[in-house]
Amino acid sequence: MSLSDPSTLALESTMDKAAPRRRKLRPWDWAPYVFISPFFILFAVFGVFPMLFSIYLSFHTWDPAAGLSAMRWVGIENYTFTLTDDWFQKSVFNTAWIAVVAGAPQHLIAIPLAFFLHTAFGRWRNAVVGFYFLPFITSSVAIALVFTTLFSRDYGVINQVLTQLGQLPVLEWIFPQQKIDWGQPEYTKWMISFVVFWRYVGWNTVLYLAAMQTIPKDLYEAATMDGAGKLQQFWHITVPMLKPMMFFAITLTIIGNLQLFEEPFIITGGTGGIDQAGKTAAMHMYNTAFMDGDFGTASAVAWLLFIAIALLTWVNNKIFAKSGMKD
Amino acid sequence: MQFSLKSGLLAVALAYSAHAATTITVASFPDLDRSAKAALDGFKKLHPDIEVKVVSLAYADHHNAMTTALATGANLPDVMAVDYDFIGKFSESGGLEDLAKAPYNGLQYKSQISRFSLPQGMSDTGALAAIPTDIGPGALFYRKDILDKAGVSEAELTKSWDSYLAAGKKVKAATGAYMLANAVDLKDIIIRANLKDGEGVYFDAKGNALVDNARFVKAFEVAKAARVAGIDGKIGAWSNEWSEGFKRNQIATQMMGAWLAGHLKNWLAPTQKGLWRSAQLPNGAYAAWGGSFYAIPKKTENKAAAWELIKYLTLNKQQQIAAFRAVDAFPSLIEAQNDSFIDEPIEYLGGQKARQLWRVAAGKIPASTVDKFDSVAKEIVNSELEKVLEQNKDIKAALADAKALIKRRVRR
Repeated sequence: MSLSDPSTLALESTMDKAAPRRRKLRPWDWAPYVFISPFFILFAVFGVFPMLFSIYLSFHTWDPAAGLSAMRWVGIENYTFTLTDDWFQKSVFNTAWIAVVAGAPQHLIAIPLAFFLHTAFGRWRNAVVGFYFLPFITSSVAIALVFTTLFSRDYGVINQVLTQLGQLPVLEWIFPQQKIDWGQPEYTKWMISFVVFWRYVGWNTVLYLAAMQTIPKDLYEAATMDGAGKLQQFWHITVPMLKPMMFFAITLTIIGNLQLFEEPFIITGGTGGIDQAGKTAAMHMYNTAFMDGDFGTASAVAWLLFIAIALLTWVNNKIFAKSGMKD
Repeated sequence: MQFSLKSGLLAVALAYSAHAATTITVASFPDLDRSAKAALDGFKKLHPDIEVKVVSLAYADHHNAMTTALATGANLPDVMAVDYDFIGKFSESGGLEDLAKAPYNGLQYKSQISRFSLPQGMSDTGALAAIPTDIGPGALFYRKDILDKAGVSEAELTKSWDSYLAAGKKVKAATGAYMLANAVDLKDIIIRANLKDGEGVYFDAKGNALVDNARFVKAFEVAKAARVAGIDGKIGAWSNEWSEGFKRNQIATQMMGAWLAGHLKNWLAPTQKGLWRSAQLPNGAYAAWGGSFYAIPKKTENKAAAWELIKYLTLNKQQQIAAFRAVDAFPSLIEAQNDSFIDEPIEYLGGQKARQLWRVAAGKIPASTVDKFDSVAKEIVNSELEKVLEQNKDIKAALADAKALIKRRVRR
């Protein structure tokens, strides 16, 4: 704007002559920084500060309702307490269990499913993918509520179907005659895993489908010429070419599943269920902070969780790099 | 010219006085916010210079927001509503005004408020952090039709825990309905019943856990007996299963705060109108279920106006009754409890004058104290009880474990 102003231009040229070496910054030189600053300001306030504060907090004991002055330095006690805490260990075990049981099938099913959608559906493909994607964009609270209704012991559809099947000849050997109490600890993790699997399989399918669309068609044409069947094409072309996307998708699954919170929180009513069978590490962190009012320990839990996620992502990276899968 | 100057001055004066009116904010949660909104007109008449703004968040969000506000000292309301489940944590936090001190001198109203409820708003050090506005006297609700069918009388329900369990077996055998939703409910009453004034449910005054004493042993034994007899539905309160159980006539009795009548009528079981009755808790037990409080944060302006509003909400008879009508919040003010409103029959309970019963209960509930670690202890005790009920863990061992766990978690 001001550049088009002749007087400014004149001023500029005189200043250039006066100070040829050290150019003074003029207002419009700052403009880009001003325009980009909202991101950095917001990131500093809502991203960097809470992160640094939570490190600081993890070395203190603090009941937030008592105000900032109530913070007291305790060193690494929060970390030693958390690492030796039965509840934390149990929640980590639950998280790992659910991460594997809910996470592995997501990919084992998403990849063949994406291949099927890629090859079998012509112009309907996007609509079909949309249906698979729906659970991902639905509110997790709504999903969890619907599933608790389906899994209701006395009135749920799932128990009705199972017990009805249990009445039939032959099938009575497989299906239960009695209604199953899905709230029992031996079922809790399965139920949560199923909901998580159901929710994210569509997301992974979309990722793999996108990757498949980038695989050059001539590879398949050449394979067909050489007499390779569909299955061979899948194993020897599709799967190897998907490796970079697998790395990306599995990393996302690891991060997402280790931070799993909403589904188990709502399914178990916030408590983790009987014997805390469905309590994840993120739920343990939330309960420590907001139920027990112990923000220091909760921050320590958060950082331990972060370290675990970082380590697993690194291991995942190594595995892919070693097998030459990542590039 | 003269005229316009005058009117101009007048306008400035008016603007100034409008500006001088204090605006105070009440932070609340549903349904309690409705009782505060019901107070606005009446309060405005008494204090035209105080503007009241009611802001409301969902129950859990409200208490999280208040925790954050107290932590940072920012965005604090002038009047803070606190639920019973959080009062221990908030009153011990030190972030709230001590209403026992001048200029409030809140303890002078002690005799006007249900005797058990005021001590709940007090911290260990004797500071009065909050004033109760409603209380939840514990009551037994039962389905008269189901009990009649099984040939069980009300006296059998309330005589003792043994007779309650025996009646439950009859009900289950005759009607197939569960006697109660969850055996855990029995534990919750027995650990609260027959406390002495000044005793805590989970902790003594020094903060030692009490969970292995006779009270808890008995509570666990009765709950276990109910589970073994198969008379409880293993249904958690407020779950889908729970509301369906009421709608499908599968739950014969429910012990809870007197306010449950409003929930039953409004959404849990509206079609079972006239079939429910209320009685006192079994075995002569008296216990409190919840309740709501108002507090003033230390770091707020307008404390005087906030105190005026709290006094109006908690000590004004008309307002207490209006709140009772609006949201079924049983009044904490004794004067309001003696109003003729209490004697009105409740249509939903088959015309029973149940409020009279609840008033009797309110007078007999012991003045137990709360501790900021109550919620931690509750979680641990519930988890151990599940092990007793579902995995046959020995009761003594479970309570010893609970005590050790509480000691570990309440490490500071």
